[in-house]
Amino acid sequence: MDGDLLRTQGLTKRFGGHTAVSGVDLAIRQGEIHCLIGPNGAGKSTLFKLIVGTHTPSAGAIFFQDQDVTGARPYQRVQRGMSIKIQAPSVFRELPVRLNLRIALQHHVPRAALAAEEDRLLELVELTADAARPAGQLSHGQQQWLEIGMALALQPRLLLLDEPTAGMSPHETHRTGELIQRLNAQGMTVLVVEHDMTFIRQIAQRVTVLHFGKLFAHGTIAEIVADPRVAEIYLGNTHAA
Amino acid sequence: MFLSVNGPQTAGNGRAFWLAFAAVLAAALAYPVFADPYDVGNFAYLLLWVFMAMGLCLIWGYGGMLSFGQTFFFGISGYAYGVLAINFGGADGTTFLALVLAVGLSALAALVLGYFMIWGRVTGVFFGIVTLSATLVLAFFLGQTAGPEWRIGDARLNGFNGMGGMEPLNLPWLDGDSLYFEGTALYYLVVALIVLVYLGLRMLVNSRFGNVLVASREDPQRAELLGYDVRKYQLAAFVLGSSLAGLSGVLYTSWGQFITPSSVGLPAAAMPIVWVAFSGRSDITAALAGSFIVLLLFQTITVYSQQAALILMGAMLLATVMLAPQGFVLGAVRGLARAARRGRLAGQEA
Repeated sequence: MDGDLLRTQGLTKRFGGHTAVSGVDLAIRQGEIHCLIGPNGAGKSTLFKLIVGTHTPSAGAIFFQDQDVTGARPYQRVQRGMSIKIQAPSVFRELPVRLNLRIALQHHVPRAALAAEEDRLLELVELTADAARPAGQLSHGQQQWLEIGMALALQPRLLLLDEPTAGMSPHETHRTGELIQRLNAQGMTVLVVEHDMTFIRQIAQRVTVLHFGKLFAHGTIAEIVADPRVAEIYLGNTHAA
Repeated sequence: MFLSVNGPQTAGNGRAFWLAFAAVLAAALAYPVFADPYDVGNFAYLLLWVFMAMGLCLIWGYGGMLSFGQTFFFGISGYAYGVLAINFGGADGTTFLALVLAVGLSALAALVLGYFMIWGRVTGVFFGIVTLSATLVLAFFLGQTAGPEWRIGDARLNGFNGMGGMEPLNLPWLDGDSLYFEGTALYYLVVALIVLVYLGLRMLVNSRFGNVLVASREDPQRAELLGYDVRKYQLAAFVLGSSLAGLSGVLYTSWGQFITPSSVGLPAAAMPIVWVAFSGRSDITAALAGSFIVLLLFQTITVYSQQAALILMGAMLLATVMLAPQGFVLGAVRGLARAARRGRLAGQEA
């Protein structure tokens, strides 16, 4: 469909006899913040891994910018304009923070401009004072931010974030939301897998709900919050709050 | 493309380091003037092994692939040099052609073996097992080549007795003579090659390639999610590091004009691991300096007792694993650097 940056068609993933994701048709529009939610075991992370290419689908197809990327390896998807932050903090722990960013940047930034771009990103993720420290010495929240910085360094068309606020304090979570909104205001499309409803309400423009591996509901955040079926399977008391 | 010998992937980058480097190089160049020619030849023998160590440092220390295959490539190139030098006749610079072809053969073998391992997702301890298996298969094969049917052209492999009779490296020289790279000439050739390889590797590991290689060691999935096909970087490092082991093999065969299957066997395969682990696998300078020190120590003790030298190697490996996993030489250098920094800070405060 026109305006869709990413589209999945009947995406299915089976592990032996268990179907984790079943025939999901998902569309991410250009320029939106799209949140993928669902109760534990709904298949959110599996769907995310299918989209980024770390899992191979059992059936279905994935289109990015109208190109079929179903068989593409993760690095090829990144080269086409996706940028990925997986669930667990995944930084190069032994390497300095600045070098972590440089490795992400050096793909497309000329050598002469590297230092300035590193400085800009360090400031954006508030790690300027920690630039020379090994990334493994950062706090959990700081590592999450560093990883977001590395994802942004790729100047992606689609930013994919799997539980970006896991392990963060409420204050850090809120600031992460502000950062995502700021990036979106600059034109970046963002797909976020989350279960923190406060965070979802802060950032989401459209929401897709998964349940038992199937697409259960989708719409604006207001529509999802108002949907009693969603409240029943997932939101519980949070809906009323 | 501008490449720097200094950068985040090497321990020594400052003025003091390069002054020390220049001093060591000057001493190495002046050594034959003062030393006995026999000792110079002996030093050349010790130095020719460090290519293998630097190659392993690139593969294991920077690339995170524990390879027991350095002696496999050492053997391939060592034997290939022998076969080629014998068949080429060994005159008119053909030994250098044999050197290039023999090292190229190692590179090709590393490309094939590395492709199947890296694309087949053989990682961690299994990488070591497969490369060790390749080494042992080659040693076993060479050991059973005693019969007269095991010959390639004029070169007989000779099983456990080893292959000999090849010309050492030589070049056409003045008045129709040849310059043979033996003794002092070999020493200078090896020193020049070490400087070239060392500086080249420093440039490589401090380049964008080196950054990605180190990233793939730290977290291959993360590196791939930054858009890199890490397999290509790992394969390139494996081929280059293995080719350096091949270069050691050629120089060894040229030095002694002799090579046997024992230089490919299990004890030989473990040696580079001990040198590089003890020295500090994550830094090329530590691997170079440390390996030379360990080799010197090993040879000094071997004069009195080979068994004692082997026991010492084992003890050094154990001590490294238990006391200084980052390596003793690298650990000592970093400790000295920290002490110097503290001293400077204390001086500034005073």
